[in-house]
Formats: sequence, structure tokens, C-alpha cells
Amino acid sequence: MGTRLINFKLNGRPVSIEVKDNELLINVLRDRLGVLSPKYGCGIGECGACTVLLDGEPVLSCLTLAVEVDGREITTVEGLAKDGKLHPVQEAFVEEGAIQCGYCTPGFILVAKRLLEEEKNPSEERIREYVRGNLCRCTGYVNIIKAIKRAAEKISGGKA
Amino acid sequence: MLKSPGPRLDPNKANTHILPEFEYLAPRTVEEAVELLSKYGEEAKVLAGGTDLLVRMKQGVLRPKYLISINRIKELNYIEDRGDHVAIGAATKLRALERSGLIKELFPALHEAVESMAGVQIRNMGTIGGNLCNASPAADTAPPLLVFEAEVVIAGPNGRRVVPITQFFIGPGKTVMARNELLVEVRVPKPVKPTGSAFMKIARVAMDLAKVNIAVALRMNGNVVEDVKVALGSVAPTPMRAYRTEEFLKGKELTEDVMWEAAKIVRTEVKPITDIRSTAEYRREVSGVILVDALKKAMERLGR
Repeated sequence: MGTRLINFKLNGRPVSIEVKDNELLINVLRDRLGVLSPKYGCGIGECGACTVLLDGEPVLSCLTLAVEVDGREITTVEGLAKDGKLHPVQEAFVEEGAIQCGYCTPGFILVAKRLLEEEKNPSEERIREYVRGNLCRCTGYVNIIKAIKRAAEKISGGKA
Repeated sequence: MLKSPGPRLDPNKANTHILPEFEYLAPRTVEEAVELLSKYGEEAKVLAGGTDLLVRMKQGVLRPKYLISINRIKELNYIEDRGDHVAIGAATKLRALERSGLIKELFPALHEAVESMAGVQIRNMGTIGGNLCNASPAADTAPPLLVFEAEVVIAGPNGRRVVPITQFFIGPGKTVMARNELLVEVRVPKPVKPTGSAFMKIARVAMDLAKVNIAVALRMNGNVVEDVKVALGSVAPTPMRAYRTEEFLKGKELTEDVMWEAAKIVRTEVKPITDIRSTAEYRREVSGVILVDALKKAMERLGR
């Protein structure tokens, strides 16, 4: 089995790293680059805890080969804060108490960020539909939905 | 008498979270990919979205020596209006189909099917070609493509061939494709007359595979059915057209009684099995119910 050098952007910074053919993106992020927000949950595409943004779109890092992100851009929650200020979605999750054990939180935040780029003011039904690929084992869904609504208000310039 | 609860997960197929070793190959053209498939045959698997293949590799169900990624082949990723049909590249992401205005307008059943699939992450990864080539009896894109009478284009060492989707699936996990062939395109003919189409599915929760799914494409002349196509998934070894149900409905007024009569016929056409997601009895029963619901939705779409 071969290894190859891949280059990609991780949270805005260029990364150059030698990976094995069968290495998963999540293992490269967590074990070799110290990015610990994506979690290796179910491993089979049910839980969404390993979600990262690939060129801005949510994908599962536990079902993505590292070699396949060569030349592309990965964003994790570590890359969301700007100048020490949290992203509005992160702020809203804190303010609504949408975090219990925190395991699922990075995945939810990234998916919510993408939803709010697509739609300024999604309905509750739409939010629930959009986050259906993310499971919260603490079942804290009510506050997660509230947080996404609150983030929508923040982003569209309503309540601060 | 109590029946056994159905097959359990094989403990030997437990998810290891670890991918077995393989060699990764990334051809840039269809021709290169076909060459690699011809060279490695049984030892190779095509990697598109990876959402099924990599899962099965972690479970130890599949252990290919070579993975031939088609994700660097640019010519496989498009949705194109070609006049009388819409052509979809095999490596087109499900999410691209979901967001295509052309698909939503012309083929609402296909749009709905894609929208209903898994979560947004999986739809950003999975491809239409992958969904078809997996040949799961539950593949959600299959029933809509069956009712629109789509064709697929398959590339092999001797060039390309076009196969009607109605002949594409031959068994669970099996298609007419040879080991050295690659699915390159799906062609969906545009309806020539106003057609109402709808897709529905019954699943345990929103993320699940279907217990039963259905697509209908309906054309009416006044109150009478001029033409109708019905296709179901998860109720037979392959996604299937319900030809006898279609024949029964043609030329009839779509009254409540007629639709429930059709429900009885579709229940005799399906050949469901009991598995971890549902029982055969349940699948047979709800095939009829979901048929009536889908017909009503298709009628609504025609403005009736």
C-alpha cells in the first residue's frame, strides 16, 4: 500500500502531509494534525459527529479518504472564530445552552452554519430537516433548534 | 406462534472503524478508469461517494485490493439539458440533483427522492451512479428513474452502450454491468405531455433506508388515466415496475374505489422479504396504501 503527499487548506492554513492510501480524513485531522473537534462516532454515516466542511459543504470525515481532499479546503469549528470572537452560530449555541456533553456540537454547528448561508430565516421544520444527519445522544434537540434560530437572527442583523 | 424477529447483524461483520488496506488509484478519464477495471477485475472496486463502499469495507464485507476513485474524472459531473432529455453524469452528487431547478421542475419525483435520502452530509458525498450501481432494492433514485423510463450509459473496453433502467438491475447488489464497465451517464427523457409525478417512502426515521418506496408518473385525459407508470423499491429483489397495476389503471377514472382496487393488485405484484427493517407482511400491506397516496399526490400535481 502506497503513501502520498497531499496538500490542502485546513481552516485557512496550508497543510502538506504524507498519508496512507487507507487513511481516513478524521484520523489525519485528529491523530496527526491535532484537530480534535470532529469525533469518530458511529463510523458508518449515521451520527454526523465527524462532520467537517469540504469546500464549504458538510461531509463526513470518517467516510472520506484523506487522499481525496488533496487540493481542497477543510473547515472545522476550530476555524470559525475570527479575531478571538466566536462565530454567531457558536455564540448562539452557548447562549441557548445547546451543549450538553458536547460530543455532537461541532457537527451541529458546522451544519447549522451551512444552512444559514443557504437560507437567512429557515423555518423550524426546515432546520429539523437539515440537521437530521446529526444525532445528539443527550437528546438536547430543543435547545439546538432554538440556538439555530437565534443564530439566524444574529446573522441577519436582528437581535445582537 | 411467535416468529423469529428476523436476521440479526452478523457479529463477524461488526464495524471495526478501521479501513482494511488497499491501493488507491485516481484515473483522470473514463478510458483510464475502464483500463484499470479491466486490469484488476474482481480485485477492484469503484469509489464514488464512499458512503456505502467504505462502510462495507469497515464491516469487513468487502476487501478490495484496489480502489479506483472516479472523483477526479471531471467529465462525470454534470446535469445537462439536451432538448428531449436531461443527462446526468454518474458522479454527480445527490446534493447537486437536489438543488437543480431543472430536475425539480421536470422530474418532481426524482427531486423528492433525492431530498428524502439520508442527511445533508451523505447527499454531499453520495452520487447518483453510486446509488444505482450499489443496486440496493431500496435505492431511492431507482423508482423515479423507472417511471421516467430513464436510460443509463455504460462505458467498457469496447466503447459505450445504452441500457434502459428497467433492464439495469438483476438482483440485490447486481446489475447488468460487467466487472470492467463503468456507469457514466443517466439520461432522463422529458415528459412529452403534462405529467404528474410523485415519490413517497415509508421509513422508521428520517435518516433510514426505505421499508417501502414508490414513484408514480401519471398522465390524465379529463378524469381518465391516459398513462401511468408505477415503480416500487424494497419490496422485491430489485427496484420494480408494477406493470399489472399500471395496466389496470389505464383508461379508468381515478376514483377512490379504483385506486383501492389498484392497491389490491400491487400487493399481489410485490415480492417482499422480511429483514431488519420490516416484515414481508407489512411491506405488502403498505405497498397498497402508499400507492393510493402517491397517485393522489400525482393528481394534485396535475392540478386536479
